[in-house]
This record gives sequence, structure tokens and C-alpha cells, in this order.
Amino acid sequence: MSSHAPAHESASATHHGHSNGHGAGHGSLKGYVIGFLLSVILTAIPFWLVMGGVFDSKLLTAFLVMGVGVVQIVVHMIYFLHMNPRSEGGWTIMALIFTLVLVGIALAGSLWVMHHLNANMMPMSPEMMKNMP
Amino acid sequence: MASTLQAQETDKPEFYLTEDHHPEGSTMLGFWLYLMSDCLIFAVLFATHGVLGRSYAAGPSPADLFDLPLVAVNTAMLLLSSITYGFAMLQMERNAKAETLFWLGVTGVFGAIFLGLELYEFNHLIHEGAGPTRSAFLSSFFTLVGTHGLHVTFGIIWLITLMVQVSMRGLIPENRRRLMCLSMFWHFLDVVWIGVFSFVYLIGVLG
Repeated sequence: MSSHAPAHESASATHHGHSNGHGAGHGSLKGYVIGFLLSVILTAIPFWLVMGGVFDSKLLTAFLVMGVGVVQIVVHMIYFLHMNPRSEGGWTIMALIFTLVLVGIALAGSLWVMHHLNANMMPMSPEMMKNMP
Repeated sequence: MASTLQAQETDKPEFYLTEDHHPEGSTMLGFWLYLMSDCLIFAVLFATHGVLGRSYAAGPSPADLFDLPLVAVNTAMLLLSSITYGFAMLQMERNAKAETLFWLGVTGVFGAIFLGLELYEFNHLIHEGAGPTRSAFLSSFFTLVGTHGLHVTFGIIWLITLMVQVSMRGLIPENRRRLMCLSMFWHFLDVVWIGVFSFVYLIGVLG
């Protein structure tokens, strides 16, 4: 980490003075506004797709909703959380990648295993269900 | 005896650092690691909802229950609170204390509206007989969305605490560090909410 200037200097001096080596960058007004506009659009699209019933295929709509959601998450990461591969010497992005791997295993693994468990259950009639302990 | 003690004390090596300086910057990485572990909590709750989200136990389905316009308003509140927090951070950088406090206050108001709408929705569902005990779908729904709401609640408490701190002590380096941590927390909650409205509400209603 580079050492940064003491923060208790006058307001005019700190106006543009912030060190680049700082952990999470601060972003700029332009960055926040771009991020906000993008996320408004990316929020409106999935709501419009579902509420307007744009496509007949539910599968296609679901894929589009998830796809737009992923894009919006990336937009938030870049414009609001100021993620970049260089911050903290690359450790934040490494932690993020590691977490995404774990999240992927947890989500895909749970759905996969539980789906097969469900599909391979012995079929049951409603009468049998009623007499279950 | 006394002289030997004195001698020992003079050439005693210093085992502690006289300079009590906490290296700045590691806090942000540490807080990021906390957020990543929090992300794992939400991932497990999402996975649970993915597995149980179609188990209605002959009860109401998402299409019967969810009011999408309300969810859209809720999403807008959280999005607006995200950008107003960004404005607060920009004012903090300009060292403008009053403006920082103003934008923090606006963020808190949007957060509170979000929370109010969510509580209204929960209350409405429970009065309709669709409480968390109704079906596996509703149990996982209330757990996931409730955990997110709890995070927002604590975020608002933290926000108010920091507003008091800033108004009392000003924008000192400690408060700046705290504000940056809360900034990451707040934007992170917004990211989680993207997953909630896409996966739970929209795809849920789709059936």
C-alpha cells in the first residue's frame, strides 16, 4: 500500500487529492450516474418481460431474466462497488472468484442432487400420501 | 539486588511496537472478505429456495401471492438508495460534512421505505394465511427475503450511528473508513436484491 496524505488538510487541498493505491476506489459522479442509468434499464427489462408477457416461452423468459440479472450484478460490481483487478493487489478479485466458485458449487450441486433425489423417489398415490406418518 | 533489577530494566528488549499505528487499507480487504462470507450465506439460502421453491403443499403459488408492481417499487427504492449513498461518498471526498449528512439521511429514508414496504408485504401474506408455516416454498421465501431485510435493518442502524458519529466528530479518517465499509455493505445488499427479485419474484411468478 502506498502511504496516503493525512486526511486533516483543508477542504480545498483534498478536493482532488486521493491516492490511487487505496483499497476501494471512490468513483466519480459520472461513474455513479452511468451505473444508475444502466441498472434502471437492466431492472426495467426483466420486469417488462414478465409483467408484459412478451414471450410465450417461459423457459426463454426465465433465461433472459437470469441473464439480465447477471449483467446487472456485474454493472453494480464495477460502478458501485468499484471492483477492479488491481485493488488490494488483486486480493479482492481473488476472494470474489473463490466465492463465486463456492457459490456455483453450492447452487448447482444442491439443485442437481435434490432434483435427482426427487425424480428417483418411488411414485406415491394421494392415498399413500395421506396415510404417511 | 536493586541495582541488578535496574540493570535488567534498562537493557530489556522492546517486545511491543511503540508506534500504535493500524495499517490503513487492510480494513477494506477484511470487510470485503466478510461480505464474501455473507454472500455464501445468501447462496445457501438461494439454493434452498431453488430446491423448495416449487413445493407448494397444495397451497398458494408465487403467481397467486406476489404483487409485482409492489416489488418493482421496492426495487426502485433500493436502487435510489444506492445512488444517494454514492452521492454521500462523493460529498465525503469533497470534505463537505453537511452535504454528506444530507445524502446519508436521504439514503436512510429510501432504506426505511424499502423496509416498510417489505414488512407490509410480509404482514399481508401472513394475514392471507400464507405465512412461513404454510408450505416449504413459503418457509424458504420468508427465510431468504427476511434475511435480506434483516441485513437492511442493520444497515440502517449502522447508517444512523455513523450519521451521529459524523455530526459529532466530523469527517475524520476513522469515520471515512467506517463510511466506506458501510458503502460496500449497502451496495452489496443491492446486489443480493437483484438475485432476489430476478430469481424469487420474477421467475417465481413465471412458474
